[in-house]
Amino acid sequence: MYGFLIGVGVLLLLSIIWMVYRIQTLVSVVKGSDKKVASGSNKVNAVLFVLFLVGTGILMFWYSIKEFDNYQLPVASEHGVITDQLFWITMAVTGIVFLITHVLLFIFPYKYQYSEKRKASFYPDNNKLEIIWTVVPGVVLAGLVISGWMAWSDITAPAPEKAHVVEIMGYQFAWEIRYPGADNVLGDYDYRLITASNSHGVDFTDKNSIDDFSSPKVVIPKGEPVLFKIRARDVLHSVFAPHMRLKMDAVPGMPTRFWFVPTKTTAEMRIELNDPEFEYEIACTEICGRGHFSMKKVIEVVEPEAYQKWLSEQKTFLQMNPALAEGLPTETKELAEIQLKGNK
Amino acid sequence: MATATVANHDSAAHDHHDHEHHDNFVTKYIFTQDHKMIGKQFLITGMFWAIIGGFLSILFRLQLGFPGMDMSFLRPILGGWIDEAGALDPTFYLALVTMHGTIMVFFVLTAGLSGTFSNYLIPLQIGARDMASGFMNMLSYWFFFLSSVIMFISLFIKTGPAGGGWVVYPPLSALEQAIPGSGLGMTLWLVAMTCFIASSLLGGINYITTVINLRTKGMSFSRLPLTIWAFFLTAVIGLLSFPVLFAAALLLVFDRSFGTSFYLSDIYIAGEALPNTGGSPVLFQHLFWFLGHPEVYIVLLPALGITSEIIATNSRKPIFGYKAMIISMLGITILSFIVWAHHMFVSGMNPFLGSIFMFLTLIIAVPSAVKVFNYLTTLWRGNLIFTPGMLFSIGLVSFFISGGLTGIFLGNSAIDIQLHDTYFVVAHFHLVMGSASFFGLMAGVYHWFPKMFGRMMDAKLGYIHFWLTFAGVYLVFFPMHYIGIAGFPRRYYSWTNFEFANMYTDLNMFVSVAAIITFAAQFIFIFNFFYSMFRGRIASLNPWRSNTLEWTTPLHPGHGNWPGEIPTVYRWPYDYSKPGAEEDFIPQTVPLSATPESNLPHEQELVKLELEIMKEDEEVLVANESKH
Repeated sequence: MYGFLIGVGVLLLLSIIWMVYRIQTLVSVVKGSDKKVASGSNKVNAVLFVLFLVGTGILMFWYSIKEFDNYQLPVASEHGVITDQLFWITMAVTGIVFLITHVLLFIFPYKYQYSEKRKASFYPDNNKLEIIWTVVPGVVLAGLVISGWMAWSDITAPAPEKAHVVEIMGYQFAWEIRYPGADNVLGDYDYRLITASNSHGVDFTDKNSIDDFSSPKVVIPKGEPVLFKIRARDVLHSVFAPHMRLKMDAVPGMPTRFWFVPTKTTAEMRIELNDPEFEYEIACTEICGRGHFSMKKVIEVVEPEAYQKWLSEQKTFLQMNPALAEGLPTETKELAEIQLKGNK
Repeated sequence: MATATVANHDSAAHDHHDHEHHDNFVTKYIFTQDHKMIGKQFLITGMFWAIIGGFLSILFRLQLGFPGMDMSFLRPILGGWIDEAGALDPTFYLALVTMHGTIMVFFVLTAGLSGTFSNYLIPLQIGARDMASGFMNMLSYWFFFLSSVIMFISLFIKTGPAGGGWVVYPPLSALEQAIPGSGLGMTLWLVAMTCFIASSLLGGINYITTVINLRTKGMSFSRLPLTIWAFFLTAVIGLLSFPVLFAAALLLVFDRSFGTSFYLSDIYIAGEALPNTGGSPVLFQHLFWFLGHPEVYIVLLPALGITSEIIATNSRKPIFGYKAMIISMLGITILSFIVWAHHMFVSGMNPFLGSIFMFLTLIIAVPSAVKVFNYLTTLWRGNLIFTPGMLFSIGLVSFFISGGLTGIFLGNSAIDIQLHDTYFVVAHFHLVMGSASFFGLMAGVYHWFPKMFGRMMDAKLGYIHFWLTFAGVYLVFFPMHYIGIAGFPRRYYSWTNFEFANMYTDLNMFVSVAAIITFAAQFIFIFNFFYSMFRGRIASLNPWRSNTLEWTTPLHPGHGNWPGEIPTVYRWPYDYSKPGAEEDFIPQTVPLSATPESNLPHEQELVKLELEIMKEDEEVLVANESKH
């Protein structure tokens, strides 16, 4: 019944619009305004441009200021401070250009709307002007590019020797974390070694892998360089840690990396944001299939002492699952056992 | 009017024995070789795809704006993709996003825009009877049609259409185990795109040949309307970049079907280690973006060309900096080939390469800036007439600025780390490429409709359409900048899994509502288009009082465009409001010698030369006549 009523309503509305449309067409024919170069609508459109400029301008400023704290994510890494700075410098430069060009673009239609009494001025070119507005944007852009390039070079420079290594492996649809253990060197891996109990495909014949361990979350120390070694097991993924201003694709067959220095512990951030639930998060930003939107991992930034303590408490792959050592050469096995005992 | 047509036909038949033909329905409307009809075929097909592409976006905007809403009412169309609880399937969400992108970029803004206007306008504006090869032109459309049919079918298959994003990065697009859309759906996608590339190449070769060889007497390159320059350069870009996409697709086909490892390496999926080693997914990205980035200019340049023409005409002023405009377009054309890797700053490629591409990318902003300043100066002290075409052109300039400026953020690799693959990118390219090109398409349709169908579109409906769409586009895409700065990733079915993105439900809802209204507003245009085609007011021969050649043809030009001789061109196309001239426009066909009152000093010098040439021509003509 409602459907029927709505249908009738829509039909009525459409026929009314139709009538109005026909009437206005006929009226314009009778008035002869369709013969004129520019009808009364010309003025309406000219005024609308100005109204649009003012209306959307107010809306933009109001919302940008009101929501600033919402869309500006707190930053928690050293390089993030610099890239944020670059972002806001660029915002200032482009913002000015945006405003000036739009004011001109929407004021000109009002100011120079058609008038039979006036004739447009014949002004086909001016090489001086062209050179000015080629050179000025060129110089400004060069400034932006060079500052961006310097930041980029620093960010992508090789990680410091002492950086804490964390391996992040993406797969459909989660991340897995591996730590290199006491030697700070990750053991070899091979995707053909992947089994249900060895999801990383760690090659335990490599001595470096003996003290490797896995963790349900990324734990890293504040104020010290951290190197993410990133890889993928099946399709492309991308590690995105928004608060760290960090993003790098995870590519099957081609390990990637990203190093950074976290500047605030999770606890400090909780106090700063007054949010006791706050966690640093990793999300996936490369389309990877059905569960793309659910690849979450938590990063916990702690004080360096707490980090060392946490490290010493972790159990290696082999401790967690001694079965993994089966089939290894006895020499390696013994080495593993010695190391395990030594750790205890 | 009827008599006029008959008369035209008679004279055409009389003067052009080679163009005498008796079209039946099939040769006139279907397998036609007339560039005008082929242009219209591209336009109608493009409009069909725009509605499909727009509708798909509404479906996923419903999901994003109203997460958890009951979508059972969509089951008649989407069937099993709506689950028992009335929720949209997350895999199909990705398919929707993928197909929206593919359809809009290739089928609407490449074929619908370039296909329509290059075909329609090139012969008319350069003074040619038709394209260099009418047959290839026909093939071009029918390859596009075949491609359309295949892509359309892929929407309805059981495993769904391709779902790996419009960029179809492998391994996702190569492995059926990874996403169901990478099965038959992806196969159809690849076949459809192959046909599409064939269509583009056939068209492009034709456009280039026609512009170079078939210009009428006097139509030197320095007298070409900017539209033609734009179409010409677009065709060059397409011809050089589409084959690379074909190569990328071909290698993908090999990886998918014949066990090669061009893009695949070290993959463990669905409990099984695949044998592929040594391939590189990044290779595909390089190949894809070698087309993908020039593609941006393939859709944008024609729109900018159309805008240049319409803004000059309706400002009643010459386009400011005609030569600077051409040089900018040439600059964009060349630079468009050497900036592709700015899509890949965080793909894992060598960061040094990132530095190089950052420098190259920001260089391309300079010619774009020059174009904007030239448009603004063209408006300055003009006598502006706001036809719907003019409104859409001004809208285009606005989007070009808004979206272009955000490109400066994204082209800066240090800033791109955070913004890459967030909604900031979505906002950026939808404004600068999507909406700007779409507005170019709309401007072109409103402006050349009288030529296409001999009738006027209703201006008032056009105004309503413009203002709803213009405001709508900003209301949809501007808020996405905030969402993007906040770090919301693209292609997410929902953001509730993440604390950092668990906000802005209100803004997303707002965007969705704005999108629905904007989409609905397009039906005003659809109505106006088809209604005016049959019932619109009959157009005058030159309704916008424009200078270019197409307005010298009869109201309904036959195949061959001009009855009698093709007009000769004596001047550039932008002699608007010339001091001393009686009217505020002087068509290109008016000799300089006929307008001594308005000639500039250097033109006055050319008059003598012009008169000599005209005299020679007359002698040749007389000699020819006497031979008959």
